[in-house]
Amino acid sequence: MFRFCNVITLVLSVMLGSAAYADDKVPVVASFSILGDIVQEIGGERVTVSTLVGANADAHVFQPAPQDAKRVAEAKLVVTNGLGFEGWIDRLIKASGRKPMVVVASKGINPIKSKDDHGHGGLDPHAWQDVGNVKRYAATIAAALAKIDPEGADDYARREAAYQAKLDALDAEIKASIAAIPVERRKLITSHDAFGYFAKAYGMTMIAPQGVSTETEASAKDVAKIIRQIKAEKIPAMFLENVTDPRLIEQISRETDIEIGGKLYSDALSAPDGLAGSYIAMMENNIREMKKALLP
Amino acid sequence: MMYDFLIAPFVEFDFMRRALVGALALSLGAGPIGVFLMLRRMSLVGDAMAHAILPGAAIGYLFAGLSLGFMTMGGLIAGFVVALLAGFVTRVTVLKEDASLASFYLLSLAGGVTIVSLKGSNVDLLHVLFGSVLALDDPTLILLAGSATVTLVFLALIYRPLVLECVDPGYLRSVSKSGALVHLGFLVVVVLNLVAGFHALGTLLAVGLIMLPAIAARFWTENVGGMIGVATLIGIVSSAAGILVSYHAGLPTGPTIILAAGSLYILSIILGARNGLLWPALPRRHLEA
Repeated sequence: MFRFCNVITLVLSVMLGSAAYADDKVPVVASFSILGDIVQEIGGERVTVSTLVGANADAHVFQPAPQDAKRVAEAKLVVTNGLGFEGWIDRLIKASGRKPMVVVASKGINPIKSKDDHGHGGLDPHAWQDVGNVKRYAATIAAALAKIDPEGADDYARREAAYQAKLDALDAEIKASIAAIPVERRKLITSHDAFGYFAKAYGMTMIAPQGVSTETEASAKDVAKIIRQIKAEKIPAMFLENVTDPRLIEQISRETDIEIGGKLYSDALSAPDGLAGSYIAMMENNIREMKKALLP
Repeated sequence: MMYDFLIAPFVEFDFMRRALVGALALSLGAGPIGVFLMLRRMSLVGDAMAHAILPGAAIGYLFAGLSLGFMTMGGLIAGFVVALLAGFVTRVTVLKEDASLASFYLLSLAGGVTIVSLKGSNVDLLHVLFGSVLALDDPTLILLAGSATVTLVFLALIYRPLVLECVDPGYLRSVSKSGALVHLGFLVVVVLNLVAGFHALGTLLAVGLIMLPAIAARFWTENVGGMIGVATLIGIVSSAAGILVSYHAGLPTGPTIILAAGSLYILSIILGARNGLLWPALPRRHLEA
């Protein structure tokens, strides 16, 4: 019902509005906060980035508002994650009535299969949890920006190279941190399976009480399985995420007497002045919380 | 074998015991509420009130996150305001109750959605209000049990005028002025049960646990007291069955409880001792002579 109303208001607002940008910066729309940060890093002063799904919000259940369609209509470039993460984006672009260039940031990465295929077409979309994938995201985005704005190509290439160096440092830092944690304690439990790529890239085991999408409701069988597993494998700690329901994690913690570690950021950044204001800050926050809880 | 299926899950897991206790507490209050709603031809009022509560709870969530107190207060306030306004408009204008209730719950829903989006957050109302029957902590259980207690005591106090208003509101009006007050008090208890229910099952599913057992009970007895007993029993059986099926088959728990109640409802339509579909179809022996 809400969705249908949204589409109507979208169409109306696009027909009425859509003023042109006054300055000559390149308008770019990113589907969610993490991509927005990466685009900003590479685009720098030459672009204005607006983000559809903002800080601390859940892209799985996003409802576009009229001004979202307006921003899409005004954008020259739309950056999406792909892998079924933003099920609503195609309709939004169609409803905006324009044809901005659309680039799928996850193009060329090696996708992993999700455990169950609720809503994501069988692929796990949370690829940015592996820094190696984000290096590819950065290259893809830089190429797209250079195509839209050829005059800035050198600038984008320079900024991309600087960002790639920061990502390399981040990757090395994560690997060093994980190496310090004893192998039998490298286990991660959070409230939804957002860390599949992280676990695969950095050698951790991941267990989650829900399916891969935050839309599904857990069954008693799943919860029982996890409690048994925590008890059997002596898992040291579990973590909260910034976008999912913490009540279930708290119940499991009560029942197994394991500690609840700090808050991990999975699908969205925090507000700019928060603990995870940028992609790099987010990954650093997560690894810091993991070290706190998992180091013996 | 029976032990493994029925008892062992509750012995092994604390969350299973909590889910059972919570759902049982909810069934105790829901049984009588549902029967009176049905007898007063207000079966859809529960659904309307559930929508009226939703925005209040969502606003509570916006202010304080997943706080039991704020979400409960928000839901109660929104529910009471809608019930009072609808009652008032019904008494002083020509509108029937269903019409005024429909307009006020729609206003409440639209107002809630607007406030939520003004705050700039993408909280999906239905997502937040997905109850989590598997994650009931102590305060939530106390709220559920407290709501059931208040409901039962209150209904016992107003039982006579309430039954009278169901069957003959004109007569009640001629002997007592309590009719309006009883009606309002009843709506307050309905709101209380829906708010308690959304912590366990989510608002819309909570309506299911209130209405389905009551409607099913209609097929087993014509006596109001008996109907309340049967409805409560059906609620309890569906709760336990739903939780167990969710455990063994890996289905989401809240909807499974409602589906269990729905199955009992369909069984009752067919097999019910009163007006069940099956009995007229069978040849009746005592008519042969």
